[in-house]
Amino acid sequence: MSLYTLQKFLYELNRSEQLQQAYLADREGVLAPYALSDEERRAIVEPDIGLLFHLGVNGQILMHFAAFHQIAWADYLQRMRDGLAIHGPVREGVYAMTGYEGVDAHRAVPTDSGGR
Amino acid sequence: MPLVFAGVCSHAPGITGRTELADPTVRDQFYAAFDGMRQALEASRPDALVVITAEHFANFFMDNMPSFAIGMADLYEGPIEDTGWLGIDKVQVPGDRHLSERFITEVMNGSDVAYAQEWLFDHGIMVPLHFLTPRYDLTIIPANINCQGPPLTPLHRAWAFGESIRAAADALPERIAVVGTGGISHWPATPDSGKINVDWDRDFLDRWSRNDRDALLDYTDLEIYADAGQGGFEVRTFIAVSAAASGATGTVHFYEPIPIFAVGCTVATYDLAAS
Repeated sequence: MSLYTLQKFLYELNRSEQLQQAYLADREGVLAPYALSDEERRAIVEPDIGLLFHLGVNGQILMHFAAFHQIAWADYLQRMRDGLAIHGPVREGVYAMTGYEGVDAHRAVPTDSGGR
Repeated sequence: MPLVFAGVCSHAPGITGRTELADPTVRDQFYAAFDGMRQALEASRPDALVVITAEHFANFFMDNMPSFAIGMADLYEGPIEDTGWLGIDKVQVPGDRHLSERFITEVMNGSDVAYAQEWLFDHGIMVPLHFLTPRYDLTIIPANINCQGPPLTPLHRAWAFGESIRAAADALPERIAVVGTGGISHWPATPDSGKINVDWDRDFLDRWSRNDRDALLDYTDLEIYADAGQGGFEVRTFIAVSAAASGATGTVHFYEPIPIFAVGCTVATYDLAAS
């Protein structure tokens, strides 16, 4: 429905332990008041990290949501890459600002001086 | 009192959350540099530390996004993140609402800021405090620049904010320290995480160390996005500290890219005594 509402829910979830507990007990019920599309609702509930990134959720919001679901770091990154491969470039938001070159251009490539 | 300390450091969550995945040699050098910064901060005998951060939607969202905000509470809590993921336990951090109120009142003479009597700390403040005030016993004044939700705070306004912070610190009787925290180039929390533009970072840090206002402000957001990623928008925090330390030159005590930390890890300070 709107990236704004999608991110607003995740923002509120990320910062409230009370909402997190309620959400774990009843995901659909907690989401009900939010004007989300079926696709957005499904992406949250599953959770489909790759689809959420494709929809334009800011990584600083998505990262906390993934941690909440105990998704390991490497898995989190891979899910985003998989999401772009399946769904295509980011639709809107910060990462669509200057166009998206595609998955290959955006794979994590550590610099040769890194990781020492 | 004149500002007693000014420095900058990284705050990426991997620094504490993915510590075991980094090369131990470079990681420990980085942690040692952080500890050196802690010692220098303590030697400045601050009554309060202003942390200029680029928070990540822990308190501010696009329903009411301030360009600048400063905390005004007696107590702050954090981190909001999963503690196992971040590697930092939930703690309470002391503030001082009366000191904050006097500080904000002074800052407002030069910059329009929102104030916040509630503020949850995310990794943007918790990671620096983990190293710089490990006992969480120093009064903190959190300050935020919008580096996340476009339209972003213009760079020259971030500079003006730093000047306002300096004027406020100088006007108060307390000994105020300031630390800016953010990434230089990085693509955090995206499929590009781990990518670091070392050349761009070193050039930025050269401008920062020379405290060259014109050079520090000579970027557009499109250029930053292209060369330094969306994480590069956080240079605003470094620029504000440059303005707070205007006239001083800086020393980069540590800079190395650590991809698993998703940032070029940085510890740097200004020599206020020589300014």
